[in-house]
Amino acid sequence: MDNKILFAGFGGQGILFSGKVLAQAGLIDNKEISWLPSYGPEMRGGTANCSVMISDTPVGSPIVSQPTILIAMNKPSLFKYLSETESNGQIFYDSSLIEDKVERADVSIYEIPATQMASDNSLPGLANMIILGKVVKESKVVSYDTLMQALTKVVSTKHADKLEMNKKAIDLGFNY
Amino acid sequence: MAEKVLMKGNEALAEAAIVAGCRHYFGYPITPQTEVAAYMAKRMPKIGGTFLQAESEIAAINMVLGASAAGVRSMTSSSSPGISLKSEGISYMAGCDLPAVIVNVERGGPGLGGIQPSQSDYYQATKGGGHGDYHLIVLAPASVQEMFSMTIKGFDLADKYRMPLMILTDGTIGQMMEPVSIDQVQVNTYEKPWAACGRGNRDHRNIVNSLSLNAPELEQWNFDRYKRYEIVKKEEVMYEEFMMEDAEICVVAFGIASRVSKNAIVEARKNGIKVGMIRPITLWPFPEEALKKAAEKVKSFISVELSMGQMIDDIKLAINCSKPVTLCNRTGGVIMSPQEVYEAIEKAAK
Repeated sequence: MDNKILFAGFGGQGILFSGKVLAQAGLIDNKEISWLPSYGPEMRGGTANCSVMISDTPVGSPIVSQPTILIAMNKPSLFKYLSETESNGQIFYDSSLIEDKVERADVSIYEIPATQMASDNSLPGLANMIILGKVVKESKVVSYDTLMQALTKVVSTKHADKLEMNKKAIDLGFNY
Repeated sequence: MAEKVLMKGNEALAEAAIVAGCRHYFGYPITPQTEVAAYMAKRMPKIGGTFLQAESEIAAINMVLGASAAGVRSMTSSSSPGISLKSEGISYMAGCDLPAVIVNVERGGPGLGGIQPSQSDYYQATKGGGHGDYHLIVLAPASVQEMFSMTIKGFDLADKYRMPLMILTDGTIGQMMEPVSIDQVQVNTYEKPWAACGRGNRDHRNIVNSLSLNAPELEQWNFDRYKRYEIVKKEEVMYEEFMMEDAEICVVAFGIASRVSKNAIVEARKNGIKVGMIRPITLWPFPEEALKKAAEKVKSFISVELSMGQMIDDIKLAINCSKPVTLCNRTGGVIMSPQEVYEAIEKAAK
């Protein structure tokens, strides 16, 4: 099965980082994976995207334009990819940044007030990891344990102090 | 087997150069290849190597020429406009019979172009780029693992044949991360009795030079070089065949375009269309024999490339225009979708 995952939001929201943690988790699970950032002018302010493929078979194109799992961290991204998301797919979005309600009968939609939750729990800038926790809970694309292992691997030793905060953020989302 | 690590294509390439024994890197920043220079800047000082950010691309390639003439493995990397600037130096290196690895992480052109992925430097890489009669060996990796293995192979081939070699890749392969296994690498080294590294006890001076004002002599140099090219063409062609056994349509694609094509081919097979792919790994030498053999079986070819149609010429030449060849392309930094390739396959199947 091909999990085509698209993280989309603004530069600075940790889009690439949360994608990297998920890709690393896929690797730990011995899946075929790829991670592709947008490196265009959009990363210098504006929309940032990250395509992650987690598959049982070798990854062909690493470019995700029709995701099975969409994580939208801003309004333009949500509306850009809402209709592109595959049937029976899942859409996760930060409802503290996007007030709009969206509907599509053939996909599961999860609203997570991640930015609000991050600020209520003194986890500045970790809305991305809160959503990632929820993504893993609902999609089971990797297990919770694998995700935590991956996090330990991706957070560099230089920033070891950030590890606990990231774990806390994932837990918040996972249990939301 | 060693643990697989997650690396960007550009980083895997840089690490491979170090594993291959390259200790001299000269570069100049340009998107989307800057990670190569950044990686070298971090690693080279720790292992006693040289990382130097030159004042320009032209300076960087001439530093590579100097280092290579002294007999050490050296490398530079850039993206399309920067490679145009290096082309004079590359021609000089070909004329001097100097080995080196030159990396082009292509972006859209011509001119300053854009920063999104492209394959529109195919002509430049495979037909010369600089002036004079010469070829580069051109390798086209299609995954992060191949960015690693082809760079190791690249240093080997460059030294073996005393030729500058180009890794021709694009912004997608350079920027993406995939698992890489970096164990069990066989690195060959070569004696370089021609190197200008001090006379020592030698009874003659070694001179590395591309100038001859004696026309018959220069002609002979070119003849000798092309004899070597013939050996490369015979011995070093690399390609991958994908679902070709019973194929009636043959897609030809390299690098990122081959990855997109694979999706389309798998989909077309599900719908009963007999399609396969030949993926050139060496763009020069081009896998002419494999295509000629395929032409005996298939009805038509599709060249899938991120340019206005450059490799398509080599396909037509290889098969002597014996079968129709159509083009499925995007350019300027736009990548075709698997759907677009699928539609081209469907059209060919009708």
